[in-house]
Amino acid sequence: MEKFILPEIKDHHQIDVYEQHGGYAALKKAVQMKPDEVIDEVKKSGLRGRGGACFPTGLKWSFMPKGNDKPKYLAVNGDESEPGTFKDRQIFEFNPHLLIEGIIIGCYAMGINAAYIYIRGEYGKWISMVDKALADAYAKGYIGINILGTGFSTNIYTHQGAGAYICGEESALMNSVEGERGYPRIKPPFPAQRGLWGAPTTINNVETMSNIPLIINKGAEWYSKIGVAKHPGPILVGISGHVNNPGVYEIPTGVPLLTLINDPQYGGGVPGGKSIKAVIPGGSSTMILRGENLEGVNMDADSLKAAGSSVGTAGIMVMDEDTDLVRVLARIAHFYHHESCGQCTPCREGTGWLEKMLHRFEHYEARKEDVDMLVNVANQIEGNTVCALGDAAAWPVQSFVKRFREEFEKRVKEKEEINAA
Amino acid sequence: MLSQQNLEKAQALFTRYPEKKAALLPILWIAQGQEGWISQEMMKYVGDLVGVPYAHVLGVVTFYTMFNDKKLGKHHIEVCTNVACLLRGSDKILSAVEKACGTKLGSTSIDGKFTVSEVECMGACGGAPMLAIGQEYHEHLTSEKTEQLLASLK
Ligand SMILES: Cc1cc2nc3c(=O)[nH]c(=O)nc-3n(C[C@H](O)[C@H](O)[C@H](O)COP(=O)(O)O)c2cc1C
Ligand code: FES
Repeated sequence: MEKFILPEIKDHHQIDVYEQHGGYAALKKAVQMKPDEVIDEVKKSGLRGRGGACFPTGLKWSFMPKGNDKPKYLAVNGDESEPGTFKDRQIFEFNPHLLIEGIIIGCYAMGINAAYIYIRGEYGKWISMVDKALADAYAKGYIGINILGTGFSTNIYTHQGAGAYICGEESALMNSVEGERGYPRIKPPFPAQRGLWGAPTTINNVETMSNIPLIINKGAEWYSKIGVAKHPGPILVGISGHVNNPGVYEIPTGVPLLTLINDPQYGGGVPGGKSIKAVIPGGSSTMILRGENLEGVNMDADSLKAAGSSVGTAGIMVMDEDTDLVRVLARIAHFYHHESCGQCTPCREGTGWLEKMLHRFEHYEARKEDVDMLVNVANQIEGNTVCALGDAAAWPVQSFVKRFREEFEKRVKEKEEINAA
Repeated sequence: MLSQQNLEKAQALFTRYPEKKAALLPILWIAQGQEGWISQEMMKYVGDLVGVPYAHVLGVVTFYTMFNDKKLGKHHIEVCTNVACLLRGSDKILSAVEKACGTKLGSTSIDGKFTVSEVECMGACGGAPMLAIGQEYHEHLTSEKTEQLLASLK
């Protein structure tokens, strides 16, 4: 398939090269349309957010109040901290103008005059790349006052995070932009009602915004036919773990998971020809799948849902037959405990419990009843917190134990054998 | 106690946001860039600049893992041990780092040259196992490459 988000064109990050290949044509087209027509086009395209929740982008935009009289904001989410996710960084490095063009179009459509691209603190180098691209776009009059002579003005800034996974959660992100600790806010009110500085705000992922120029250029009709109908478009998948060619690949949605893992143009198979024990398909919070159940599972929202998981951030982590899944889950539990902001008791305490219990499993110290206790604790976190970090911590535990119960029971049995000897 | 040049940079940031407080994180980055860490005096100074109490700045600095309220070694070696890196051998990389730096995870070598930290997923899982030194990412590591890399640091 032709690549749209990450085209194989040398120096595409440079504004001149980007323009030579049709860059900023979508912006020129969009400003000839009425703002509502742009939103309608995005709605019709079927684009769904690439930040993890698959929310329809056009619908989200339509929640914003109309008119330009009061301040409104756009926050672009480049926190990219869900383990297994490394796709937005490719856009910052190889196609920053696509992102910027998408942001300007989004601001025009929603009548927004200031956008903040929130980028994780560790990406200092990539923030510089985006800043350079922004400066070039300002110099050409694509951003700033009276864009392309339309009378529409908007500013775009980068905002550097400082090491906190929770700041990827949209309301924590807004607190972080405002100079606060990254504590999620209670919803409602939703961001489109009360967001940054109390003003209506839309939050979208970096990759989501990078799809906008494509939709405007080629039309919603054309876009909606890429990949599967209910979750269309090009999507960036990150493949990591036990594959021969780890990396980020642009695909149309709906490619079989096994093709992505095994095909030489993608993951290239498992090193040493080993079999696949397990796959986490969409970043560490998504539910783990058994290797023998991957037949017929495709990389799109509905297919993964039917398989008992979700597309998340499309970060596929492959684990071969020798993988110690108890250790993997213990590491995931450590992550969520470390990253819990501490606001909600079930999350703060529960993630700590999970981590401690899993360390017991890891070190052959768990009791038989601890297997069910793990699930019990996870169930008490899920749904009982201000934000979805609690759920993100619970899902891996629930799914690992449900689908690989034998691995946990084996640990207990081996402990008994060690003790008996 | 920002340098004149950094103070100007900091003040320019205020135009980006409708409220001064929003410039807190970016200004703390400037402060840390200048000093390598953020002292109590610096927190008070930045608080005055931004118009928030010291307690607020302290709360922010301690919330975000990348802000250092203590001095670090000359080189900060951050080893990712999250899932993708774990699967591809971050244990070995961590041992190689500890050995080469002469210090354990979470501490600074006696000569003050290295601080070794464990970090969460750095968004480089396709290049696992990896470590970062300052802003630089070093990916697709082996124990040998790690040793060479650390030996090359002055
Ligand atoms: C704990 C947590 C972390 C998140 N991290 C990210 C992130 O790093 N990047 C991202 O785009 N969305 C992240 N999200 C999802 C955002 O809250 C939000 O749904 C998303 O940015 C919306 O953009 P989209 O509609 O374009 O997908 C996270 C959510 C939670 C609960
Ligand atoms: S797990 Fe190490 S970079 Fe993602």
